Amino acid sequence: MASRPIKQIAKAQSVTTVVVMRLYVAGRAPNSVKAIANLEAICREHLQDAYKLEIVDVCEHPRRALDDGVLVTPSLTKLSPSPGAHVIGNLSDTSSVLAALGLASARA
Amino acid sequence: MSGTVQIRARVFAQPAAMAKTATRPVFLKSLTGIQGFDEISLGGLPRNRATLVMGGPGTGKSVFALQSLVGAASKNKQPGIFVAFEENIEAIFANAAGFDWELPALARKRLFFMNAQLSPAFVATGDFDLGGMLAMLEAKQIEIGAQWVVFDGIDVLLSLLRTPRAKMREIYRLRDWLTRRGLTAIITSKIDNEGNGSEGANYGFMQFMVDCVVRFDRRMEQGIPVRRLEISKYRGSAFAPGEFPLSFGPHGMEVASPGPTDVAQETSTERVSTGFVGLDEMLGGGLFRGSSTLITGAPGTSKTTLAGLFTESACARGERTLFVSFDEGGDRVRRNLKSVGIHLDAHLKHGVLQMYSGRTDAVNPEEHLIRITALIAEHKPRCMVIDPLSAIARTGSLSSARAIGNRLIYKLRDHHITAVITALVEGEDPQAEATELQISTIADSWIQLSYLVLGGERNRALTIVKSRGTRHSNQVRELVLSDKGLALSDVYSSGGEVLMGTLRWEKEAEERSRALISETESDAKRRELQFAEADTSARITALQLDLERQRAALMLNTRNVAARHVTSGEHQTEARRLRSGNGGDAVVPSAKRRASVAGKSRGNGNGQERVRRG
Repeated sequence: MASRPIKQIAKAQSVTTVVVMRLYVAGRAPNSVKAIANLEAICREHLQDAYKLEIVDVCEHPRRALDDGVLVTPSLTKLSPSPGAHVIGNLSDTSSVLAALGLASARA
Repeated sequence: MSGTVQIRARVFAQPAAMAKTATRPVFLKSLTGIQGFDEISLGGLPRNRATLVMGGPGTGKSVFALQSLVGAASKNKQPGIFVAFEENIEAIFANAAGFDWELPALARKRLFFMNAQLSPAFVATGDFDLGGMLAMLEAKQIEIGAQWVVFDGIDVLLSLLRTPRAKMREIYRLRDWLTRRGLTAIITSKIDNEGNGSEGANYGFMQFMVDCVVRFDRRMEQGIPVRRLEISKYRGSAFAPGEFPLSFGPHGMEVASPGPTDVAQETSTERVSTGFVGLDEMLGGGLFRGSSTLITGAPGTSKTTLAGLFTESACARGERTLFVSFDEGGDRVRRNLKSVGIHLDAHLKHGVLQMYSGRTDAVNPEEHLIRITALIAEHKPRCMVIDPLSAIARTGSLSSARAIGNRLIYKLRDHHITAVITALVEGEDPQAEATELQISTIADSWIQLSYLVLGGERNRALTIVKSRGTRHSNQVRELVLSDKGLALSDVYSSGGEVLMGTLRWEKEAEERSRALISETESDAKRRELQFAEADTSARITALQLDLERQRAALMLNTRNVAARHVTSGEHQTEARRLRSGNGGDAVVPSAKRRASVAGKSRGNGNGQERVRRG
């Protein structure tokens, strides 16, 4: 159980800083549905309650997506803490999602 | 949300049915406004359909797409959307600033640019789709009423999709969306020089999916880049097959179209002087207005001088003239022409004449054509000189130079410009031009200047090879260049050979002396004959006088005889009277009468003879 103290540290960090994210989806398109499920699973496991997620349906709010420069769906943007990150796809590859969000150490 | 679900269901449930509806035979077309392209595509791109534009980097795909959008927006007031996957919007605007499109103003009014560059910071974690982007574009389309859309660099986006299946799915999605939205779309995609897309297999599929495919190509030909485009597919429509050169000018892309296939230009019977009386005579009165005349010749055969004469006379008539010289500056041309008495400076200053000098060492022939076209539009010349057109064949490939020569002549004809075009012919074969630029076939007149080497001299000869619609001289004339200018002289043909220069001079001198000699000879002969005649008539006079003298003598003699007879008769009568009294009276009168009758008749004879002689 050498990893335990590290995990505790990670947990402590994540508790103090809330990760703010925004997920753009296209209605109930298969990839979008998968992305929501995958992201919720990741958050539950790695961030517990220390996250804030906003889901934007570009079919309903196209202007907003345009203004945010979103092209493909699903598309995840990490707004804070910095550095920010952009992840596209249905987020099925958990390890690269974590790496992109800067949470890779949490799993190590 | 529920609406989206329905649409999605349709996309996936009926792709095959969708492909079938796309093969409807009747297509409406939308003009791109790109010079030449609308002609080779016989009316532009398929309206409300997708066109795939493929080509290597720097071949002009993006310009083509953007220019079509700009043309539709500015000429037809059709709003459009430009989705840029490859370049950022600033770069696109900077590139377009070189053309007279006024893109920023247009963008504010009718165009929407979407910066769709995927930042390198993007991390792909699993499958994604274009549904969101299309939803956004749909909203934008409704907002601005867009009729056109451009996806520039779709390959960048597709490269993020990992499986061929996903790529295919998104291509279907895109195509379906375009069809449903009724947009005229241009999708550009990079391919490498071998014609393979960076995404290999999908390009065949994409070409199948769209209704029109335009391929762009850029090759180096003798160190000069030459761009071309080819329509490789146009569903339900005819199009001009083959590759067409293209170039970029102030108005954007211009495609070398073969021009209208049916040549129905207005023809003129008005004659325009060549500025050279002798040549006008040979041409039966000059050049036709709006015709193009080709002057070919070896270096130094006075091609430029003839062109200069034409220019000077056109300017003197007040007709706007454009003088295009290659590889020689306008100053130099004017100085050289001044030495043969052709003065263009004043016309240039006045503005009736405009000169353009092009360098051919590094410039693509296409670009010259673009510049000349721009000058024609700007200066609006009625007469034009290109000296020498053959210079454009020096750089780039011969085939493209030929195409440009042809297009240029057709362009001049379309603008009804009377043109004199010179072409340099190297080497000894005077027919070489016919195989080089091949413009002699489309030029209306062809004047050939050549050197004839005879008797150790080179002399300039001028021949009219052809002149459409005129009764032109078919003789070879000698072109004599002096400080008084040009003159044409008849040439001697002697024993089947044409004589020129010194040989001609010798021949002329010989002819002159021969004429002099024969004249002298005939004079002498005449005098001799006159003398003989005078001599004869003098002798006749002398003889006549002699004859008269002899006749006079004869008459005198006759009279004497008669007198003697009378005398002797009187003596007899006297004697008879003396002897026999009156018996002799009857005899005497009769004898007297006889003598007088004889004298009278002789006198009459003499008189008659004198009258006849006189």
